[in-house]
Amino acid sequence: MDLNFTGTDVCAVNGTRSAPEAKYDLVVIGAGPSGIAAAIEGAASGASVLLVDENPVSGALMGNDTPLYFGGRMTAATQNSNRMLEAIFMSMPDLEKAMEAGVELLLGTTAWGVYRNGPGVQSLPEQVVGLADAERSWLVGFDRIVLATGARDLAIAFPGWNQPGVMGAAALQMLLSRYGAFSGRRIVVLGSHDLALETALLAKEHGLDVAALVEVRDGPQGDAALLAKITASGIVTYYGQSIKSSKGGLDGIESITLTDGTDIACDTVCVAIGLVPSIELVDAMHGPRALNAARGGYIPAGEPNVAAVGLCAGLPDTGFDHVAYRMDWVRAALRVNTPDTIICQCEEVTLADLIGIQPPNYLPRPAAIQARSLDTLLDDGPANPDQIKRLTRSGMGVCQGRRCRDQVAMMLAIESDKPFGTIPLASHRAPLRPLPLKILAEWDEPVAMDAAWDVWFGIPTQWVPVEDIGTEYQDAHREMLYTGMYK
Amino acid sequence: MSGSEVVIVGGGVTGLSAGWWLARSGVKVTVLDKFIVGWEASGRNGGGASHYSSPLFDEEQRLWPQMDELLGYPTEHQKGRILIAMTERQWEQYRFIAERHTRLNHPVELLDVKQVQEAVPLAGDNCFGGVHYKFGGHANPQRTVQAYAWALQDLGGKIIQHSPVTGFETAGGKVTAVKTANATYGCDAVVVAAGPQIPQLMAQLGVDVPLAAARAEMIITEPAPMMPLGGVDGHKIYGRQTLRGNLAYGGGPHEWLDVDAIGPAARPSTPLARNLAKRLAELLPKAAHLNVIRSWAGVIENSPDGRPIIDRLTSPDNVVVASMSSVGFGLSPASGHAIRDLVIDGACSFTNIDLLKLSRFDGLEKDWREKRGWMPIA
Repeated sequence: MDLNFTGTDVCAVNGTRSAPEAKYDLVVIGAGPSGIAAAIEGAASGASVLLVDENPVSGALMGNDTPLYFGGRMTAATQNSNRMLEAIFMSMPDLEKAMEAGVELLLGTTAWGVYRNGPGVQSLPEQVVGLADAERSWLVGFDRIVLATGARDLAIAFPGWNQPGVMGAAALQMLLSRYGAFSGRRIVVLGSHDLALETALLAKEHGLDVAALVEVRDGPQGDAALLAKITASGIVTYYGQSIKSSKGGLDGIESITLTDGTDIACDTVCVAIGLVPSIELVDAMHGPRALNAARGGYIPAGEPNVAAVGLCAGLPDTGFDHVAYRMDWVRAALRVNTPDTIICQCEEVTLADLIGIQPPNYLPRPAAIQARSLDTLLDDGPANPDQIKRLTRSGMGVCQGRRCRDQVAMMLAIESDKPFGTIPLASHRAPLRPLPLKILAEWDEPVAMDAAWDVWFGIPTQWVPVEDIGTEYQDAHREMLYTGMYK
Repeated sequence: MSGSEVVIVGGGVTGLSAGWWLARSGVKVTVLDKFIVGWEASGRNGGGASHYSSPLFDEEQRLWPQMDELLGYPTEHQKGRILIAMTERQWEQYRFIAERHTRLNHPVELLDVKQVQEAVPLAGDNCFGGVHYKFGGHANPQRTVQAYAWALQDLGGKIIQHSPVTGFETAGGKVTAVKTANATYGCDAVVVAAGPQIPQLMAQLGVDVPLAAARAEMIITEPAPMMPLGGVDGHKIYGRQTLRGNLAYGGGPHEWLDVDAIGPAARPSTPLARNLAKRLAELLPKAAHLNVIRSWAGVIENSPDGRPIIDRLTSPDNVVVASMSSVGFGLSPASGHAIRDLVIDGACSFTNIDLLKLSRFDGLEKDWREKRGWMPIA
């Protein structure tokens, strides 16, 4: 091949991508109260508005603790998507108002990525959001986007937490208030800040037995009025305690033991220590974000044409330091968890292997790797959750790190004796929800995409065997494998 | 050269392998990396280890089966690959490749549809047949990069992360030190293996290295049951089943980029994930229900002919430059050996790498990238 030639790289991505199926002035992700309000406001101003919400998610996804930490405590009703849809409309009367206002509404539709040109990419025809339902995926263009993705559950491991019946507060609230599909009867709530108090009261209202509140700090944390209601309802709170061990059977958790030795029978442990603003889309679109301990963690830092509303923008600022509070829980967890306590449930990474930076069990552990640990890794530089993930596989699983990413970051901060804010946020990667290949696939891709498709760069000389260079075989190779690829 | 000091610029798989080989020869090695070892393309690739187009191929094949033992850390190396044809045209092309391997004495076997499905149970009846390479293989890029880094440290080598190289000190026709923002590292020799950043670094030494950077993407599924053979290519995509069971696949159009002196500003993946998903669901139809759980992108550089540049300069004469031109991971055991030989002996001991000399681009026009369309989208 003559090195100097004038041509076009026909295997470059330029001009191969499909245009979005539709375009809206405004796309709102998340049909909670804030998202609905933003959609109605947009429609009222004359904008074309699409409002999407992933709920109801499939029973399979709920079983995988996606998007919330359901802990397997859904009733069989959650397998019925029509009943679930109905439940959503019943619990959110404003959805009808939004539709009457001209908002186009898609439920059961996941926003799994937002793509736009910026550093490292200039080939997108326009900014798009990737959507998917149970049948297919597609792209939608937008001028403005409102993220109303809410907040997800924060999980913190204790011995036996990896069994059915251990779940998050947002998941429990959703199962109780929206779907009426919670299968537990007797719950222990971890935490005593507002989230825990509200969750315990809600459970009580639904006729459930709230066996106890457990608080790692020495005194109550939440709003005084809520606390008064808890006291009035006769719910016992254990202070200065966390879960030391638990027992369970086929159906999951049966009892827990606190650090002071108190045994409490329960079929559900609701981790209500905190919620994490759902900023997956912001992170995946390389949007700016900032740590704000009073707002529950990392929140969108804001930019033109990308708005965050509701809990996604941050928890209400009551002056409470959520990060310090969570760190106290993780410190306690590090004291009571045993080396074999699983931290990453999907990949079955134990605490010992996480802190020891050991490979998964299907790999050998020669002496050299057993001598490695977080301590030796820290000699090379500050802890980076993405590096820990590569080596230990924590956060690599099908729940996409929703159950372990936050606690792993906190553990890394504690073990490396650094403030939480110095630990980088583990990256979120599209698709932000598990999507089957056949759903994600662009089955009707443009002809231009296939025409440009090569297994690698399509450089004719790159794969000619060195023995064949300058022989008749070189031309035959090019003829057979690269015809027309370079013009 | 035992006891001499070599600074390696770039803690990717090529630089780390070179450092490991040099440390095995008693050289005091310091690897400088702008961020964390293997953070760019070395840790973001398909993990293939079957580069029969390279003069380093025989050495690659000799070394991979020994690497876990030599390094002392697991790489997840697995032997063998299968190429599955999904169209009549692909079947014609893959049989052509098989004939070529037979001619070059690389062991291959043509497989019918049933045999393909035995080796690759996720494959369907929709394929035309396959080619089983009884050589080559695949490994885990991220684990392998860290294995090189740790093995190098075990031999006394140093790895300095978060330290982009800012320049060089030269005297008497040699580089005498490598500079970062915080320190200066004196050296007897330098290896520049900084991937897409090579041109900007080498320009400081007055040496023109023609390379162009581009972004490529991959997708990862949740784990599938382990298949007898996990290195499965074909249908114009490449990838592997990891030892955990995940399918990791890439391929398709690339996007040319400009990179900053300290590397790409970002490595965004794009909706190309959908086109990869389509092809993977076609290649392995019994995997079509599997969830995709991640996608990612990496930035790699290519030389004008797509072949590596591994060369020791004449001036300054103690500098080896090494770009693997977008196929560095699999060849890393051998590229490190070749670089070691160039640094210590001035010539590669195990194969002729004249093909990889920088001087082959002496007649290249300055605007080669513009002329052939290897330019970022304006």
